[in-house]
Amino acid sequence: MTMENAPAAKPIAPPRPKGRLRQALDSDIFYSYRRSPVTIVASIVAVSLILMAILAPWIAPHDPFNPASLNLMDGFTPPMSQSAFGDNWFLMGADNQGRDVFSTIMYGSRVSLFVGAMATLFAITLGVTLGLTAGYNGGTVDAIIMRIADIQLSFPGILIALLIFGIARGVIPANQQESMAIWVLIVAIGLSNWAQFARTVRGATMVERQKDYVSAARIIGVHPVLILIRHILPNVLGPVLVIGTIGLALAIIEEATLSFLGVGVPPTQPSLGTLIRIGQQYLFSGEWWILFFPAVTLVLLALSVNLLGDWLRDALNPKLR
Amino acid sequence: MKMAMARLGVALLTSTVLAGAAGAETIRWARASDALTLDPHAQNQGPTHNFNHHIYETLVDRDSEGTLQPRLATEWTLKEDDPIVWVFTLREGVTFHDGAAFTAEDVVFSLDRARSERSNMRQLHADVAEVTAVDDFTVEVRMNGPSPLYPNNLTNTFIMDKDWAETNNVVEVQDYAAGEDNYAVRNTNGTGPYILQSREVDVRSVLTLNENHWDETPQVTEIVYLPITDAATRIAALLSGEVDLVQDVPVQDIDRLSSTQGIKVETGPENRVIYFGYRFGDEPLASSNITDRNPFNDPRVREAMELAIDRDAIASVVMRGQAIPTGVANPPFVDGWTEELNAYPAVDLERARELMAEAGYEDGFTVTLDTPNNRYVNDEAISQAVVGMLGRIGINVTLASRPVAQHSPLVTSNQTDFYLLGWGVPTFDSAYVFNDLVHTKEGNYGAYNGGLYSNPELDEKIKSLGTEVDLDVRRQTMAEIWEVVKAERVLLPIHNQVLAYAMKDNITLPVHPENQPMMTDVTFAN
Repeated sequence: MTMENAPAAKPIAPPRPKGRLRQALDSDIFYSYRRSPVTIVASIVAVSLILMAILAPWIAPHDPFNPASLNLMDGFTPPMSQSAFGDNWFLMGADNQGRDVFSTIMYGSRVSLFVGAMATLFAITLGVTLGLTAGYNGGTVDAIIMRIADIQLSFPGILIALLIFGIARGVIPANQQESMAIWVLIVAIGLSNWAQFARTVRGATMVERQKDYVSAARIIGVHPVLILIRHILPNVLGPVLVIGTIGLALAIIEEATLSFLGVGVPPTQPSLGTLIRIGQQYLFSGEWWILFFPAVTLVLLALSVNLLGDWLRDALNPKLR
Repeated sequence: MKMAMARLGVALLTSTVLAGAAGAETIRWARASDALTLDPHAQNQGPTHNFNHHIYETLVDRDSEGTLQPRLATEWTLKEDDPIVWVFTLREGVTFHDGAAFTAEDVVFSLDRARSERSNMRQLHADVAEVTAVDDFTVEVRMNGPSPLYPNNLTNTFIMDKDWAETNNVVEVQDYAAGEDNYAVRNTNGTGPYILQSREVDVRSVLTLNENHWDETPQVTEIVYLPITDAATRIAALLSGEVDLVQDVPVQDIDRLSSTQGIKVETGPENRVIYFGYRFGDEPLASSNITDRNPFNDPRVREAMELAIDRDAIASVVMRGQAIPTGVANPPFVDGWTEELNAYPAVDLERARELMAEAGYEDGFTVTLDTPNNRYVNDEAISQAVVGMLGRIGINVTLASRPVAQHSPLVTSNQTDFYLLGWGVPTFDSAYVFNDLVHTKEGNYGAYNGGLYSNPELDEKIKSLGTEVDLDVRRQTMAEIWEVVKAERVLLPIHNQVLAYAMKDNITLPVHPENQPMMTDVTFAN
């Protein structure tokens, strides 16, 4: 109280502009964040998983991506125990190749997150470009782009990704397939997800196109591409951010599904999906940890990102406030 | 209502009576895949032959030790005055399922069909010049040259009824690769112990006992064949009692199943060796960072690789003991296998690194390993383990894993630098290994010589095996060839596969070395 009252005694001066941080902390978004305990927990989980993935090479106890460092005889060591053949100790046990499951999860999340993020970025770039073009031009261009999007939305994304993956396998020479696998995966998932972005952006663009500021820009002769990028794009990005966050969670799951089906990254550099595929072979024989820990990690990662996306949608929508 | 109750009572009574009837036994048999076709000569593939053996019969057969046994032929000899002619004496009184009598003309027809243009069994009859019927129960097969081992090639060539084939327009073999269909793909008329009742491809096929079969009546009177692709589902079906017998049991589930009340697991060696092949020749490898020469062409590199690979660890961890490590790419069942050949060196990383340095690869090299992931027991995991072991001597291996349908063309078209393959030997003779894996790739030879190994001296010897009549000389030649193959490390053998069948514990069925168990061999304990 005294703090508030003190400046009032002084002669009137313009209020000092708040610092950036202060501004962010005072914003509506941060307010709704503080008010939602689920979001706080989700963000803590997501951030720690992401940090774990990024810092894996420095903090992981073993390097499972270096095959020479593995000892096959450590295979199937249970969690919290010492290998019967060496002096390695495993927090979450060892898998069928003697890899430390804990380290493999850290490295595996790296692959999953990288593929998910890149695929989403690719889908956003493609979807937003096509959506802007369709919405601004209208007519035939709009019809063609949106019909392609409609056709694509009538298939499950995973089928399209599988199809793209299959074609890529046929086109790329056999000896380059493994080094290209991760990029093929990114393109396959990205291409299967662009349609939602295109649809959303097209709708918003059609609304913005009618507004006065666009007409004004057009009349003074601004190039249409500049109008799209500089004037319309910033106004349609809000919804893209929301779908993008949820899309990231979907892309991570899609990558896991593809890898589970055995068409994803090579088994020597497993993602979470590959680890789950390997682990499910050992359910009956009782080596549950090979499946359990990667599966839990995948669920936590996808769930927390999804919750953040939901919260962002609510926070950015004035009607729900 | 009363009527209904009475009917129900009768139905219940009948079913109890039927179930109690002596000898009426159904077996529900699950395995990973279905027969690809029922046309007997369209596909030379294990599960297809295995299923068809119950409906159709061959001239000769093998018992579980691998020795030839009479089936539709009771005797077979080389003709006294003309040793390039095989004379088969046929079994009398055999009838096809539709009642037609089995005679020599059916054998002539079937062998001609099996060596026709579209047949997938052709390579086994490549040396046949002519098949003729001498009388109703004698058939002569004239060969192009001396072929002392030709009967070994007949164990999967089924005999069809000539008239039935003509009536139903299936004289031509189904063109499987072209996706063609014919009457024989889903309909059958054999002489075998079981008759096909119904067939839903990839779902369920039912076979019932052929009452008029010439052999002893088996205990199994009905077979329900259930392909279940997913290993976990297959095992769950056995645990829940939905099936009686599972033929393809994953090694990791053997312990669990053996310790389950009411279920037992039979294991036994399969006639199949798992090995790695690599590219020979001076041309640099497509997938390597060494661009001026081929590291695999240096015998020191090949020796270093053998010294780095821990076969015992693979057998105990990856295969959980269900493998027999070996130093020769030849299963123990096969003529030409010896204890000395089978021996393999202990792991010696220090020596391996020295050899790599001597060869000029102190810093190692990179290469891609192509592996199938759905063909052999834990194939991908074996390759993965080898990637780690080679990493310790500086060979940095990228693993490329594919389903067998995409993997095997890479090997047969030589688009791979380094690959895993398994080799079964249906003729039980080393020549089958040499012809396809060791002989220079040309004509009918070297179809699976993925690394393009070529040694003209060996080629001569391999060719001589086909026509050598003196079996002692032949054995000597085989031993000489194996010596060179082992010394030069033409192939890098890992182990012989062990098969496991899981079944309810009142069932007895020994493991068949070619993985072709017959339900006629099943016995039930009461």
